[in-house]
Order: sequence, then C-alpha cells, then structure tokens
Amino acid sequence: MNDTTARTAAPNQNQNQNQNQNQWWDVWDQFKTHKGAVIGGAFLILITLFVIIGPYVWQVDPGDLDVRNKDNRPIYTALWNPDAKVSWAHPLGSDQLGRDNLANLIHGGQVSLAVGWTAMALSLVLGTFIGVLAGYYRWLDGPLMRFTDLVLALPLLPLLLVMMLLFREALRSAFGPETGIFILIVVVIGITSWMHTARIVRGDVLALKEREFVLAARSIGTPSRRMITRHILPNVLSPIMVSATLGLANAIITESALSFLGLGFPSDFPTWGKLLFDGVERMADFPERVMWPGLCISLTVLSVNYIGDGLRDALDPRIRGR
Amino acid sequence: MLTFTIRRLILAIPTLIFIALVIFLLLDLAPGDPLANQPLSIPPEVREQMRKALGMDGPIYVRFGAWLYQFFIVEPQVLIDHIFGTSFSEGKLRILSWQFRSPVMDVIVQRIPQTLWVVGMAYVVGVLIAIPIGIISAYRQYSIFDQIGTFISMIGFSVPTFFTGVLMIVIFSVNLGWLPSIYDTQLEVTDWATFTQQVKQMIMPVAVLALFNASQISRYMRASMLDNLTQDYVRTARAKGMTEKVVVLKHVLRNSLIPVVTVIALGVPTIFGGAIITEQVFKVNGLGQLLISAINNNDLPMVQTLTFIFAVLIVLFNLIADVLYGILDPRIRYE
Repeated sequence: MNDTTARTAAPNQNQNQNQNQNQWWDVWDQFKTHKGAVIGGAFLILITLFVIIGPYVWQVDPGDLDVRNKDNRPIYTALWNPDAKVSWAHPLGSDQLGRDNLANLIHGGQVSLAVGWTAMALSLVLGTFIGVLAGYYRWLDGPLMRFTDLVLALPLLPLLLVMMLLFREALRSAFGPETGIFILIVVVIGITSWMHTARIVRGDVLALKEREFVLAARSIGTPSRRMITRHILPNVLSPIMVSATLGLANAIITESALSFLGLGFPSDFPTWGKLLFDGVERMADFPERVMWPGLCISLTVLSVNYIGDGLRDALDPRIRGR
Repeated sequence: MLTFTIRRLILAIPTLIFIALVIFLLLDLAPGDPLANQPLSIPPEVREQMRKALGMDGPIYVRFGAWLYQFFIVEPQVLIDHIFGTSFSEGKLRILSWQFRSPVMDVIVQRIPQTLWVVGMAYVVGVLIAIPIGIISAYRQYSIFDQIGTFISMIGFSVPTFFTGVLMIVIFSVNLGWLPSIYDTQLEVTDWATFTQQVKQMIMPVAVLALFNASQISRYMRASMLDNLTQDYVRTARAKGMTEKVVVLKHVLRNSLIPVVTVIALGVPTIFGGAIITEQVFKVNGLGQLLISAINNNDLPMVQTLTFIFAVLIVLFNLIADVLYGILDPRIRYE
C-alpha cells in the first residue's frame, strides 16, 4: 500500500478511482484496530454461515414431528443431570411436539437475518432518497423535512402493531401465509425506520453542495441526475454505511419484538423471536428454549452495533490515521 | 423564549390533529368487526342497531369529528367535573371502549399508576446510574472502568428487553426463587409485608428497563463529558488553581449536562412505547398491556385514544426538550 498518497487522499474527498481504492484501504486499516468491531464482524460472518450452511449439515426438517422424542433436554444437561432425557438425535433438545430445536434455530435465523437485511435495505433506500432530495432541491427541503418530523412524532411501536394487524389478512391471501407476512414485516419496519437516515443524509448533502467540486461539476454543465449519482451519493456513503448497521440491528430487534408480542409470523414458521415467544410458557422446565434464540438475537445485534462503532471511527477522517 | 414556546405550542396543534387523522384513517381500514364475538342468533336489524349504538355508522368525517370533540371537549369536562364537582359533561357521550363497554379514559386512568410506577421508577433509576458512570468513564477515558462501563452499556443497548426480562425470570424466579415472575397489580401496600412484596415484584421490571435506559444515557453523558473536558475553559479553571473536584463536578459537569438533559426529556415518551414489551414480559397490567389487548380485541376507540396519547407525549416532550435547551444553554437563542 502506498502510504503517502493515502495520507494526502484522505482529507481530499474528490479522488480519482486509484486514490479511492487507497481511501478504502485506509478505512480498513483503521477498522482493524477496533477490537470489538473485528470480533463483531467475525461473529456476524459466523452466524450468517451458520444459518446458510447449517441446513446442509444438519438435515432435519424444522417442522418434523418426532413424537417419540418429545421434550428432550439439550445434550449438555447430561453433564450435571444424569436422569435428563437427552438424545444425540436432538443436540439442543426438542419441543413439546418433538420438533428439533437446532433445526428450528437454523431456519429461524435464516428468516430473522433475511428480514433484518431486507428491511434495513428498504429503510436505507427510502431514507437516502428522501435525504438526497431534501438536501439537493431547496424547494423540496421544507415539505420533506416537515414530513420527516411528523413521522418521527408518530408513536411507532403501537402503529407497527396496528399495521401488522390490519394488512395481515390482505397480504396473506395475496402472497400466501409466509411470503405475505415476510413482505408485510419488511415493509412495515422499512417505512417506520428511514427518518434518521434521511436527516443525516440531508445534512451531509447540504454541506457537500457548498463544496468547490460540486461547483466545478455544475459549471461544466452536469445535469442534476448525474450530479447526484456521480458526485453526491459516493460522498455520503459513509454516514449511510453507519446508519445501515444501526438499521440492521433495529430491524432484527423489531422483528423479534413483533414475533414476541404474537403479531409476527404464523406459529409453525420459526424465527428467533417466535422461538423465544414459544419458549417463554415452559421456560421453568426448559430454559434452553428461551436461552438459545435469545442469545442468537442478542449476540447478532451486539456484533452489528460493534461493527457500527468501528465503522464510525474508521470513516471519520479526523480520527483516522491517529 | 416565551414567544418561542407559545409559537411551538400553537404549531403543535395542527401536527397533533394530523397525527390523529393518520391514526384514525389507518384504523378505519381495520378488517375486524367488534361484533364478531356476539352470538350469531342476533337478527340483522338488531345487529345494525348495535352498530349504531357503538357509533360505527355515519361517514368517516363525522366519526372523526365526533372523536375529536369527545377527546378535546368532553373528556376535559369530565376531568373538571371530577375535580370541582361541577356538571359540564352531563348527558354528553364519552369515548366508549368496545371491549369493556365503559369510557376509555376511565380504563386508562385505572392503568396509569402501574405503568407510571414501573416505568417512571425505571427511568429515574436509569438516569441516576447513567450520570455517574458517564462522568467517571469520560474522566478516566480508556481505563478499566471505562472499558467495562462502555462494554456493559453496549450490552444493555443491544440486548432486547424481552430477552433480559426472560433471562432475569429464569435466574431469579425459576432457579433462585427470590423474586416473583408476575407483577401482582391487585396488591395494596398496607403494612411492611405488602411493602416488601411490592418492592420485590418491582425489582425485575425496573432493573430491565433501567439497564436499557442507563446504557443509552451513559453513552451520551460520556460523549458530552469528553467534548467538554478538552475545552479551553477547563484549562483556564485548572490554571486558576481550582481543585480537580470543582473543575470536573462544577464546570465540566454543568456544561455537559445540557445536551444530556434534553436527551433525557426526549427519551420519556419512547419509554412508554418500549415499556409495552417489558409490561408484556412481566404481565404488568399497565398501558402497554392495555394497548396489546385492545389491538387483539379490535377495540378501535381504545387503540385510537392510547396511540394518540403516546403521540401527544412525544410532541410534548420534544417541545420540552427544545425549551429546556434554550433555558439551559445561553448560546442558544430562539428568535
């Protein structure tokens, strides 16, 4: 890596392709020094692999009813309780219908992470779109920002619950029970969490508009459309990335909260929040049924938040290089 | 300052009416029928009369107008009657809950004490923990205390309350048997025994919410202290020969508290929202639980009123935060 060009490129935002590459190396260097962020990133990759490769390794159907092996305890309980009902067929035990907990955890993770990523992407697209429009076009700034303030003043969790209730049947009949609810949850989370991204992006766009390179680009006659895609968007990428991590954490928590309140996916469709909710009733006898899904949610969100912290430090040119 | 407050208050009225309209229109789409659980043997014309009695007939603007009138005119009148023994509201129709067949406000007033006790206590405890932790972490930046403090606040910030709640129930109620897992709202504090019982059942919900609040506020406190500790006036104060205690606890703390106080004010309404989940975990019979049961039972007037009250809280505390900022920070001028 060429150190001197990277140093000069960092404060100088309008780089060409080659220097751009160096800037991202610089960011990566700074990111690596944040221990929590690196561990968080490793854990996120691990859990993603767990839910993607998991079904191929552990080929048990999560809905499979193993009637003879109901209410099994996890295999490790045998260590301190020799009488516990355990079996190698169910390493993390089975529930009251004989469904395998490990398979449920893997498939539930797929849904939870998929909801998290899609909802985050939707809220980012919405937030960036509104933020860029409000920051770039002065006549749109007032109305769009008033609208954002208005949405921020809405009590979001109650409205989320109400929306889940209202559109559940319509979407279920249109797309089938699982896809319908998936679309509903993603859209509902997406349209209730774009406001912070929009505000941050707007602020950054307003500041960028005053910069010389924007003036230069305008003076050679760049149309607004290309101005936004070529000059503005690449420069607001760092705040967008930071709010992406916050959005991912928020989406995962919201989905599990909805499932936990019984307004999420249908009962035979596992997600981490749903598994936790189902486990609560019998947690006195089977604490593992709430522990494992809960741990998965918490550790994923924790690692995503740490990545966000690391990214914020790495993308801040004032801190970088220290 | 006063004109700013008044202007903001006047601006809040259209905002609130718009929010009420959004909630109303959204609820109007509701597919559920509040008469669905009535016997099928009821003849259709009686059913139609029952709908009328619930106020479900008439075009949407009439119903919305009626709701606005009931919420903003009739309910305050009832409150005034209740306090002063007058009779302004006599013979006027109040907002009726479809689920309980009684005025919505009466049910809400019954539930408010539980929510306020648990949530309010948790917020106070959270703030009281967060501020000293924030001060020490910032003053001894990168020390062991700071490392542990930021780690715990990261955990409290990331782990959802429904998991911390369940975790605490598993540890303290199921395994150790120290604390009750369900909040008993029937309990009346009359003597020492019931008082300890009340304290015991409040420990877990308060601890769960307090951890969540404290972790957020301590992050702000730490960041704000760090911003101020490097300012020139701190060096001046030290150069004047002031003791470290005066410098940190008088000069820096007061200036750092300005943004934190507004964050605390802004957080109050979200606590009511976030408490929905905690109340559900510990079966606290409060506002959040009321909202969930109203949603599940298609009790639209209840959902409408409760959601609107949450919205009023948000708008109100936003305003309070802005005004507090103006009062506390002389550099801010609202003209």
